Amino acid sequence: MESGALFVAKISITSSMAVLYATIGEIFAERSGVLNLGVEGMMLMGALSGFATVHATHSLWLGVGVAMAIGGVFALIHGFFAITLKVNQVVSGLALTLFGIGLSDFLGRPLIGKVSVKFEPVSLYPLYKIPVLGDVFFSHSLLVYPAYLLVPAAYLFLYRTRYGLELRSVGENPSAADTVGIAVARLRYCYTFLGGVLAGLGGAYLSLAYTPGWKEQMTGGQGWIAIALVIFAMWDPLRAAGGAILFGFINAFQFYCQAAGITVVPGYILRMLPYLFTIGVLVIITRWEAARKRVGAPSALGIAFEREE
Amino acid sequence: MSGSDLPRTPAVLMKGIVKRFPGVTANRGVDFRILKGEIHSLLGENGAGKTTLMNVLSGFYQPDEGEMFVNGQKVSFRSPRDALDHGIGMIHQHFQLVRNFTVAENIILGVPGPWTLNMDNVEKSVDEISNRYGLAIDSRAHIWELSVGEQQRVEILRMLFRKVNILIMDEPTSVLAPQEIESLFETMRKIKNEGRSVVFITHKLEEVLEISDYITVLRRGKVMSTVRPEKVRERDGTVSTELARMMVGREVILEVGKQPMKTNRVLLKVDNVSVMGDRGELAVKGISFTVRKGEIFAILGVAGNGQRELVEAIVCLRQKQGGQILLAEKDISACLDSIAYIPEDRTGLGSVPDMPLMENVALTNRARFSKGPLVNWKAVREKALGLIQEYNIAAPSLEMKARQLSGGNLQKLILAREFTQDPLLLVAEQPTRGLDIGATEEVWQSLLRQREKGAILLVSGDMKEVLSLADNILVMFRGQAMDIISGEDEKGIERIGPLMAGLR
Repeated sequence: MESGALFVAKISITSSMAVLYATIGEIFAERSGVLNLGVEGMMLMGALSGFATVHATHSLWLGVGVAMAIGGVFALIHGFFAITLKVNQVVSGLALTLFGIGLSDFLGRPLIGKVSVKFEPVSLYPLYKIPVLGDVFFSHSLLVYPAYLLVPAAYLFLYRTRYGLELRSVGENPSAADTVGIAVARLRYCYTFLGGVLAGLGGAYLSLAYTPGWKEQMTGGQGWIAIALVIFAMWDPLRAAGGAILFGFINAFQFYCQAAGITVVPGYILRMLPYLFTIGVLVIITRWEAARKRVGAPSALGIAFEREE
Repeated sequence: MSGSDLPRTPAVLMKGIVKRFPGVTANRGVDFRILKGEIHSLLGENGAGKTTLMNVLSGFYQPDEGEMFVNGQKVSFRSPRDALDHGIGMIHQHFQLVRNFTVAENIILGVPGPWTLNMDNVEKSVDEISNRYGLAIDSRAHIWELSVGEQQRVEILRMLFRKVNILIMDEPTSVLAPQEIESLFETMRKIKNEGRSVVFITHKLEEVLEISDYITVLRRGKVMSTVRPEKVRERDGTVSTELARMMVGREVILEVGKQPMKTNRVLLKVDNVSVMGDRGELAVKGISFTVRKGEIFAILGVAGNGQRELVEAIVCLRQKQGGQILLAEKDISACLDSIAYIPEDRTGLGSVPDMPLMENVALTNRARFSKGPLVNWKAVREKALGLIQEYNIAAPSLEMKARQLSGGNLQKLILAREFTQDPLLLVAEQPTRGLDIGATEEVWQSLLRQREKGAILLVSGDMKEVLSLADNILVMFRGQAMDIISGEDEKGIERIGPLMAGLR
């Protein structure tokens, strides 16, 4: 049983990372007022381009870099439609996801079943020595550890820096930000791009570390989970980490049941659990938060900015 | 340019500014100068181009023609940031504050500095400035917790924090209570005494006399005159009609030639009506009155004494708790076609701000312009063009959106639209709030014309308006009718003030 708990805890971490990167990225985009529903598409393109690069060059870090760049470029497509052309952001984001799914499916076909180098677990020395915790947190691949820094960094950036204040103001009241001389469109492009970069990183984590290799639609809806987690987290990076780990935990629990041969519940029901859980949590949290009148979505989320004439 | 009696380089000089918008030229070659350490009023009607001119100066708009000089240096601003860098800041009529941010966060927003942010330090320096200028405010409070007057203080503090030399305020007094206006003027004088300049945009003549060193009058995008206030003040301290004439371009008659009411049949009968407010309290407590054909019946009171709830019950937007409302002896809910409603909230209830004027005209007249499910847009267009002519509405095209109209023009359009329905009963709520003299006069005249055709229920907090128009006046206080006073009854009129305050 002891090892079972440890197994679940470790898997909780590894299976939450892709969603965590994408969620943090989407938080940045949405805080700037840009709703990007293209996360799933950007993650898939990141996963594919990362794996393809590694397959061709055997350079893991180059693969990660390419995945992040491709994710960013994809986000800029959405940015162009949403910020410059002021198209409906929901439509543009959905189109981006559909495009990403289709394109990655098409381009990735020759790579299905191919094997290449991958990120192996690396125990992070002195920290690994901490009993239990060391094994749970510090025995993963090198793509996991940056997340430990990203979460607090994102939090501090949002709330403790001038840039974070400017970012939030652009999402809350772009016209006010414009009045005090903040370049609204430029900031929105920057953070939409950053969102794509992190979604690409999430994708690369899947294809290079978590389930190495390429398979069509290998993200399995994690991009959508990320969008749900943004709401669950009330646009806050720390709560996003909590949400992502919860998602990972349900996933790990499901693996454990399968591995331990617990067959009371059929496997396909178990595999639905993370998604059902996300929906359930979303329902509860939005009702609860609305009742408590907490600060909710950025006020200008999804609304294009135009200087009043 | 007049005012060259002072041998100072102007802090700001604008020369030949032209700014065009699709269909309108808002500024037609405006010359304007601001001296150091003066309060300079920019006076004009709605749509005269005051705000546009200052938006050009503060970098929001780029002028189509003309030059600008700051301290003798030629400048051209591409954004508000450029203007701020030259010490020019503008406080807009709609405050530009982030509601979810604290006062201090709003003030530091966009100020250049190191990338880390120490809010404690910011709060400290905000407190310091607010003490120095007597602008009491809690720097840790969120904007949504503040009253409009306090929000204005935040805007001023923000400009002071940035050490602007030219502070432009767009109609700052329109949202303030009288005592708040006094303290705003106090702050403006303090800023002036430090050698900084304030541009005060307004259409209120009395305020201009009280505070300005110079007055520039704009009309239809052109400067009519720049004068010292002494020149336009009468012996008794009131504004000379000359200033008003410069502003409006014709004699303003706020005396409306009202014909005495003819005794006619009763149209509206409100009998012992009670209405609940939003928080479930009894907002209207058993009010009764009647309105006859050809009568303007006013409901007068300080805002929040149940007038809104009563009106909403009459136009069937709110359920009444008890009593009866009859229009021409039928229950009012059966006569909605015979009622026209001019709501206080022009852009929320009165119009759809993002829809073109033409569609806004059709909104409440759909039945008249449609055959089955189809709307006859050609007829709507003709009607709308006719209304724009008839009611003197400054609208360059029917395709422009309602929100692009100035307040006065939008109100005239709404009035015009409602009049075309030939209503038995017209309910007008605060019909001239925020309008300039010219527009107010036109609205009053239209109401008086409509009075010949039906009955008007006028809800207003403006005593002058009520006394100019109403045949009978019901004074409301805490949901009750204090009394109904005839507009002819001189003795009764004197009692209105105390009645509004709840003293019988």
